Amino acid sequence: MRTRARTTAFSAAAACLTLTLTGCGAGSASEAAGVDGETGTEDVTLTVATFNEFGYEELFEEYESENPNVTIEHKKAATSNEARDNLTTRLAAGSGLSDVEAIEVDWLPELMEYPDQFADLTDPDVEGRWLDWKTEAATTAEGRLIGYGTDSGPEAVCYRADLFEEAGLPSEREEVAELLSGDWENYFSVGRDFVAQSEDVAWYDSAGATYQGMINQVQNAYEEEDGTVIAAENPEVKAVYEQVLAASTEDDLSAHLGQWSDDWAAGFQSDAFATMLCPGWMLGIIEGNAAGVEGWDIANVFPGGGGNWGGSYLTVPTQGEHQAEAKKLADWLTAPEQQIKAFTAKGNFPSQVEALESEELLSQTNPFFRDAPSGEIFAERAQAVEITPFKGPKYFPINDAMQQALTRVDVDRTDDAASSWEKFVTAVNAL
Amino acid sequence: MAVTDRVRPATPSRQRRPQRPPEAVRRLAFSQRLSKWDVKLSPYLYISPFFVLFALTGLFPLLYTAWVSLHDWDFIGGQGTFTGLENYQFVLAQPFFWNALGNTFSIFVLSSVPQVVLALTIAAALDANLRARTFWRMGVLVPFVVAPVAVGLIFNNLYADQFGLVNELLKSVGLDPVRWHSDTLASHFAIATMVNFRWTGYNALIFLAAMQAIPRDLYEAATIDGAGRLRQFLSITVPMLRPTIIFVVITATIGGLQIFDEARVFDQYGLGGADRQWQTLTMYIWELGWGQRNFGRASAVAWLLFLLIVLISLANFLITRRIAHQGGRK
Repeated sequence: MRTRARTTAFSAAAACLTLTLTGCGAGSASEAAGVDGETGTEDVTLTVATFNEFGYEELFEEYESENPNVTIEHKKAATSNEARDNLTTRLAAGSGLSDVEAIEVDWLPELMEYPDQFADLTDPDVEGRWLDWKTEAATTAEGRLIGYGTDSGPEAVCYRADLFEEAGLPSEREEVAELLSGDWENYFSVGRDFVAQSEDVAWYDSAGATYQGMINQVQNAYEEEDGTVIAAENPEVKAVYEQVLAASTEDDLSAHLGQWSDDWAAGFQSDAFATMLCPGWMLGIIEGNAAGVEGWDIANVFPGGGGNWGGSYLTVPTQGEHQAEAKKLADWLTAPEQQIKAFTAKGNFPSQVEALESEELLSQTNPFFRDAPSGEIFAERAQAVEITPFKGPKYFPINDAMQQALTRVDVDRTDDAASSWEKFVTAVNAL
Repeated sequence: MAVTDRVRPATPSRQRRPQRPPEAVRRLAFSQRLSKWDVKLSPYLYISPFFVLFALTGLFPLLYTAWVSLHDWDFIGGQGTFTGLENYQFVLAQPFFWNALGNTFSIFVLSSVPQVVLALTIAAALDANLRARTFWRMGVLVPFVVAPVAVGLIFNNLYADQFGLVNELLKSVGLDPVRWHSDTLASHFAIATMVNFRWTGYNALIFLAAMQAIPRDLYEAATIDGAGRLRQFLSITVPMLRPTIIFVVITATIGGLQIFDEARVFDQYGLGGADRQWQTLTMYIWELGWGQRNFGRASAVAWLLFLLIVLISLANFLITRRIAHQGGRK
């Protein structure tokens, strides 16, 4: 989650600035070898920085026994935000990064601004290893590949079968998939039926989360490829914004919970909503928040076509002294065989084409979700992703401003859609 | 001085016998000079670690931040073109800046005033003859030891809008739940309670230390004159504590203008609310520098905040001096 310890910004700013100065120009010496150097000869210690659960613990041991010259040191951050702060601060400092740094797709765009900071990992051996959209997102305009994909976040719809039944809707997962297939308007219209039939249960958890699923299907939502900000003028953005807010407030389909808030987490226990958009990694979160609640299930469907939310990459920063060894390790870790093992260990859904066809993955079921065939469902959901939304360097702050705009109307109810949009435009213009 | 004076008379004799004495004189003079340096320089040397450290970790970043604020400066990309005061102009034209300034002052007032009053009361209670005195005195310091983020997590549970403990209690007695995360004043109040929880005990101990330095015969005289406890507190304790109160007010001001942790952990996004209801200046710095990675503008706000603190501290200092002249030496 987003909470974390921190000194005051003022002193942190001061510290970072000091680091910036001392760190200027560092790294030129270590760049000499690059990623094409020799491997397997010298004894090296590689540091690997990950966050949350990558499921790599056993894989590291395996790699060390296969490559006796390599010792791996694992630095694990508790949250991806912590990892992001660590990464950006040390990038700014010019030193201190691990040999292999894991990054999340959400902060990939801002790092794509500095491709020189990361080794070019293009290699004929890995061509075609990943789903196209996964590789495209990490490839610069000049064709540099800055990260090897690990997992991905293909989205399905998670729903409460028991609440569906009470409202007189079909509750079997195939029927629900059938019911919800179509565009977003269809998803909202089924929601209106549901809300009319049930007491006090909303259709989905929050406008912000639903918006996220919708906007990820828009190719250029906030920025043109050249970086021009179009968020405030783009009719597509405004249409999505208005559609989701009309559904959330006028039709009252939303449970008015801010995603990740304490209220949101508590809402799982109090039957506050019946559906939510869920990428593969969300299953664990639902299971944790809804412990003891029976009836959650997964429908193999996503309104408006496929969608992806989240997923990570392994990068090799050019600060590192052992880039060739680091690249070799990242290559090995992201190979389909290893990612399937990680999936079995921690449930991270692989982004490798071959892994998606593996029997081990496809036969996976999830007991909490009424034994839903989660492996098969998410494999199909991954194939359904058609659009790689363009996320430029300002994606993060613009999306934050948008989420605030939605929260003002959906959760806080301090604004209506029109006045909140005005504030969004002001915020975007202030970037 | 006395040492050098004693050496000087030897100088005329050097003209008569130029061969041997000069060396003796010089050796003497050198060791004398050493001890002279010792006397003159050592004190500075002894206090230098603080100033060297301060220069490195305080002054240098301060000046460097000023330098950064005059440029286009990317968090990772580093220095861009020199833009003069453009960052300041931009920031001052932002409604978000003024909003953050207002929030900062509001949270600061809501936290400092009750904090000082409460701390004074607690200190007066601790100053009385209690059993297990040390236990109680250490007890008030416990909240100060708890990490602010941990405090934030606990208070967030209390102040959750729909299922928080405070609102559940309010509902159970038939009151309307408070919208902690959407109402501006309510959010300031909630954050101020976190700040007060943390700092009241600390300030109480400072007051307590000062209270114990008040001559007891004043109280005895007052008792003989028939003054009650409240009257004694208001007419003896509070006036005698004036310098300490001012010290606490100044430190609370500086701390209050830099509120960050408590406000940042108040919701899951840490940006100060969807409508920036509780975004403080330090959080605005964070948003500019880390969220938008625009270090130039973040530094400009940091400097504006610094100037503001200097201004308020100066005002505080002037008031202190006046009060010290009035009341201190009566």
